[in-house]
Amino acid sequence: MATTATSPGRTGRRDSTGATSRIRRHAPWTPYAFMAPFLAIFITFVAAPAVFGLWMSLHDWDYMLEVKPFVGFANYLNLFDSTSAAFEMFWNGIRATGIFTVASVPLLVGIPLGLAVLLNRRFPGRTFFRAVFFMPYVLGVAVVGLLFRFVLDPNIGILNAAIDAVGLDSLLNALGVGTPIPWITAQPWAWISLVAMTVWWTLGFNTIIYLAGLQDIPAELYDAAKVDGASSWQQFRHVTLPGLRSVLVFVVVITVLASANMFGQSVLVTGGGPGDSTRTALMVILGEGLESFRMGSAAAMSYLLAVFLGIVSIINVLAVRERRKS
Amino acid sequence: MSTTPRHSSTPLTRRRFLSATGALGAGTLLAACGGGSASPGSGSASGPAAEPAADTYDGPNVELEFWNGFTGGDGPYMQALVDAFNSEHENVNVRMTVMEWADYYSKLPAAVTSGRGPDVGIMHIDSLSTNAARNVIMPLDDVAAALDLNASDFAEAVWNAGEYAGQRYGIPLDVHPLGYFYNKQVLADAGLDPEDPPMDRDSYEAALEALKSAGVAGHWMSPHTFTGSMTLQSLIWQFGGSLFNDDGTEVTWDQDPAIEALTWMVDAINNDYSPSDVGQDADAIALQNGQTAFNWNGIWHINTLKEVSGLEWGVAPLPNIGGTQAAWAGSHNFVMTSQRRPDENKLDAARVFINWVSQQSLDWAEGGQVPARSSVRESAEFQELTEQAALAQQVDYLRFPPAVPGIGDAFADFDQALNEAVLLTKEPAKALSDAAARATKKLEENRDRYSE
Repeated sequence: MATTATSPGRTGRRDSTGATSRIRRHAPWTPYAFMAPFLAIFITFVAAPAVFGLWMSLHDWDYMLEVKPFVGFANYLNLFDSTSAAFEMFWNGIRATGIFTVASVPLLVGIPLGLAVLLNRRFPGRTFFRAVFFMPYVLGVAVVGLLFRFVLDPNIGILNAAIDAVGLDSLLNALGVGTPIPWITAQPWAWISLVAMTVWWTLGFNTIIYLAGLQDIPAELYDAAKVDGASSWQQFRHVTLPGLRSVLVFVVVITVLASANMFGQSVLVTGGGPGDSTRTALMVILGEGLESFRMGSAAAMSYLLAVFLGIVSIINVLAVRERRKS
Repeated sequence: MSTTPRHSSTPLTRRRFLSATGALGAGTLLAACGGGSASPGSGSASGPAAEPAADTYDGPNVELEFWNGFTGGDGPYMQALVDAFNSEHENVNVRMTVMEWADYYSKLPAAVTSGRGPDVGIMHIDSLSTNAARNVIMPLDDVAAALDLNASDFAEAVWNAGEYAGQRYGIPLDVHPLGYFYNKQVLADAGLDPEDPPMDRDSYEAALEALKSAGVAGHWMSPHTFTGSMTLQSLIWQFGGSLFNDDGTEVTWDQDPAIEALTWMVDAINNDYSPSDVGQDADAIALQNGQTAFNWNGIWHINTLKEVSGLEWGVAPLPNIGGTQAAWAGSHNFVMTSQRRPDENKLDAARVFINWVSQQSLDWAEGGQVPARSSVRESAEFQELTEQAALAQQVDYLRFPPAVPGIGDAFADFDQALNEAVLLTKEPAKALSDAAARATKKLEENRDRYSE
């Protein structure tokens, strides 16, 4: 959600390169003057704390204690030492974050794409449906979390009651699924619930991005394809998808980062349980830093997570770039 | 488990409390080179500690910030007390800010460091030592002296937990024990006496069996902190065990009494006395809905149940399942935060405020608490609060965690063991020993951190 600020860059660049010659002359520092307000905020609230965090991660840091001993790389080494208190916690958190990302990203990339194509057609009530799909996204995580905790409660939740009421339980039992289904208290149900809830909640955002991308594809391309006798699948495969490529890269990168930052859903719906199976990396880092006040260790965890996410993002971008060459 | 307790020989000198001398603010960033500049022990005496807190404040007008986490039914009662105080004291205006406890505990240190913290706060008894060690709160020996507080007026455990390194940091306001709530209608429907709920293991299990024949899962076992963790802690003490050794250096919840206690909870599920996979708050809601007969819940639950119209319910001290009377409890304590720029007038006014509210603790009891002071607890007025008084009977055998900084870190592991066992994903003994191994490492690291 917070990452949406990066989106305007792409269209802006295209405009300026086309019109370079007509731009009035300006002083060399003019671009920096325009950037200054953003830069000031960025340096104060992002860059400086990041550098400070690096410093913190080299210490046993608790800002309330007088003594903050320098410990070198011990906070990092602890994360690779299976006898330390942080080891199991951290890697279980990374695993939980990994599972959620792998399970949710394909759905959050695929379903909104299909929806966007559908919502891009002309039909009565189109605006209404666009609003309907986007609407959950405006809800805060607290609202969604509390709502689903009661919807999904295994014993008193409305979902299991509904399954019971319409007689779905006998069908489920026949399929070997025990009822009532422990939606939030056993695996794999807890992950299924969290992923499904997140998809319902956030798919509107990606849908809107796709819709904007679809409207950027010139209608002439579809006309030409039709003249060539392309079926609607061929039109989608050879006109729509290539036209959406840059949008797709953006959506994939943003969705991976958003999923890797999963926090509120687990906190509110499963509380990290059952066991610690849905305790994500961010929950672990928050607990370490702001509940146990081991801020050095928490900073080290954050940096390791950031490195992982950096690697994943680079792989994402590279994967698409290679396809361009072929 | 068996590391040498190297903390015990040196009193906590270097990371000592800087008191209200103002050194804290400058000390925050320069701390690494600050070394042992703070004066130990006697440091706080340089300030206002010498003069006792007065009953009245006659200085210039001051505003006091008062933070707490009373987000539940208890919030309005505290607000009413604050309002009453403000109307009685023209020159003091107390502003109460309420936030979630979890947010409160993570925000408070930052607020104190930046000099924007409250003047007065509330803390749970098990957070006092951590926050004292971390210089978030200041000693209150002078307030305790002025309030004429002494150990004999309090349950011993409550009183002792408010002290850290020889100084008092918390003024106990209340104790809030776990209680035994029961749905009378459900008991009657199952042919049990709704006025005489079972109070020992045999009759409790017999009642659960009778409820089972009537198609009711009688006691829903929660795998969550609320209420499962408090239930398990009570049971461990009842079975003769403990969570930690006395000085909080070792985890003991992997020993036999604890395994027995957790097994009793898991067996309730296996015997269909409880459904599996009980969600957060589902156990309490089930009692309200008449889906279960028993719920061990905090005393704060009294007011929630009172608001449910037509519900026939009762509350009693916890039944004795394990053989020893014991019950989990928490305690709210008044604290005063360390100030970057201490203001004598504000400190005086804050003492008057704490003193005043402490004397009104009967009004606070109506919010669903047991007053910390024996004199108030034994008063006729308190005995008229039937439900609270019923739970106050437990006061002599309530248990609190040892007053060791960072002890709270271990509870995450304890709660995870409960969760795994009650959700039937791990055997009780295995869940407890795995958690104990993790918590032991944390306690060891904390010993090093807080003793340097």
